[in-house]
Amino acid sequence: MTVTYEDALASYEPVMGLEVHVELGTKTKMFCGCSTELKQDPNSQTCPTCLGLPGALPVVNAIGVESAIKIGLALNCDIAEWCRFARKNYFYPDMPKNFQTSQYDEPIAFNGYLDVQLEDGEVFRVEIERAHMEEDTGKSLHVGGATGRIHGASHSLLDYNRAGIPLIEIVTKPITGAGERAPEVAKAYVAELRELIKALDVSEARMEQGQMRCDVNLSLMKPGAEKFGTRSETKNVNSLRSVERAVRSEISRHAEVLNGGGTIIQETRHFHEDTGSTTSGRVKEEAEDYRYFPEPDLVPVAPSREWVEQLRAGLPELPRLRRNRLREEWGITQHDMQSVLNAGAIGPIVATIDAGADAAAARKWWMGELARHANETGVELGELPVTPEQVARVAALVQEGSLNDKLARQVLEGVLKGEGTPDEVVEARGLKIVKDEGALGAAVEEAIAGNPDIAKKVRDGKIQAAGALVGAVMKATRGQADAGRAREMILEKLGVEG
Amino acid sequence: MPGITREEVAHLAKLARLELSDGELDHFAGQLDAIIGAVAAVSDVSDADVPPTSHPLPLTNVMRPDEVRPSLTPEQALSGAPAQEQQRFKVPQILGEE
Repeated sequence: MTVTYEDALASYEPVMGLEVHVELGTKTKMFCGCSTELKQDPNSQTCPTCLGLPGALPVVNAIGVESAIKIGLALNCDIAEWCRFARKNYFYPDMPKNFQTSQYDEPIAFNGYLDVQLEDGEVFRVEIERAHMEEDTGKSLHVGGATGRIHGASHSLLDYNRAGIPLIEIVTKPITGAGERAPEVAKAYVAELRELIKALDVSEARMEQGQMRCDVNLSLMKPGAEKFGTRSETKNVNSLRSVERAVRSEISRHAEVLNGGGTIIQETRHFHEDTGSTTSGRVKEEAEDYRYFPEPDLVPVAPSREWVEQLRAGLPELPRLRRNRLREEWGITQHDMQSVLNAGAIGPIVATIDAGADAAAARKWWMGELARHANETGVELGELPVTPEQVARVAALVQEGSLNDKLARQVLEGVLKGEGTPDEVVEARGLKIVKDEGALGAAVEEAIAGNPDIAKKVRDGKIQAAGALVGAVMKATRGQADAGRAREMILEKLGVEG
Repeated sequence: MPGITREEVAHLAKLARLELSDGELDHFAGQLDAIIGAVAAVSDVSDADVPPTSHPLPLTNVMRPDEVRPSLTPEQALSGAPAQEQQRFKVPQILGEE
């Protein structure tokens, strides 16, 4: 019998654990000088170290360590005075070394928290277990099976360009007490973490490009129980929406199994975007045994307290606090701010205000015309071929009355199409509000003459009917008339008071 | 020191993807036991004033600047590969018939 989400929450308390991997934006890999700029050409960014050739020795990337400390500090963690790397041994060809260099019992950062703000403004504290340094794996291509899947493949092909790119893995403590809001908390946590990572300027944290990836651990327990239930681990949930859906779907699935008298198997599961549900992956018959041991080729990392304090002093304003400040400055609601955040529009709007636009206009253009265009073309708002200065210029043209909103949209469209700056587009496309009273007067005469029925209605007192005449004027002038002035002139001609 | 059991050898063999016969399990259990016993002699001399170490060098914080160094060419990178295809390392089937 299918268990609804509400039924599941009535009988069980969800417990979540979130593991997020962040690919750092360093120029080079974690342990060698190979570039991290991913090129299409396979195996063009490897060296003896990241290929695990005999005799090659890794050396730690200083910016990798610095970024890890910054992330730890921003997550309110303690920073280890001394820590080591460890080898995580496993048999899978995505690492040519047969192990991944990671950290095990001595993470660089531990015991922190991140306060996340839910849509209604409530703040939920997520405790952080640890953040540690490790390296990314290579990319596999499975050949000979159906649609590139590993099952049924006859062999696999490996590209090690990504192998060795610095990763920071951030692990939460078990998140309890979220109840029915567990999916929302999970999404808000990942969203907040992404904002934090971007604010620290350690990664662009683009989930759709795999720069930030999330594993969702979930279990259910009876309210008041002392022991957590058996958990499932849903791998690679790679969008904010998917994080929310994966938690939700796993809560229902667990409840269904438990209510039916079954037991949850500890296993990894795969999330499917199309159905919003998970399917069974690898069953973990026993606790994974990676035979971790200290990495003999790397000496310990012992960040001096001076260095740590220097990095702490350089931390930017935390995103949540910054959002609250901007929300007050802009005079908008929590909900509106959430939309701005979700659209990735905070940075562009701030830059547009800095370029001279007022907050309302900056928000209007970025959240309206430009957000729509970004959605349609599938790029991030910040990547559109229009600068905040150009948006501010368009806003200024509207403000001074040279453009109305409709014309302004056309100007932005021209800028996005690469036709030049706003002023160049205005010039080239001839987009200026017609202020010439003669031309406007002629258009008004024409509109009245062409629509005698409507003109009569207006004369008889149905002033709202004048809108249709204004529309006719706008159409005749290809949208370039000053609609307000046209309306005045129409009412004047028809001898009614506006 | 407790001896290394057959079961432990079987577990290690599984992790190392080695197929061992019953006779080999017994044989290696004895050998591994002797090796671990020899290494365990170290614990007789260690004391509270000797901190555990994972590295013979008294160094910390050996780091390099984040500067790109030349990589190998794909040809060089693949030159030691037993098999290659589409400029990638070719490896045998990862998942068997399970």
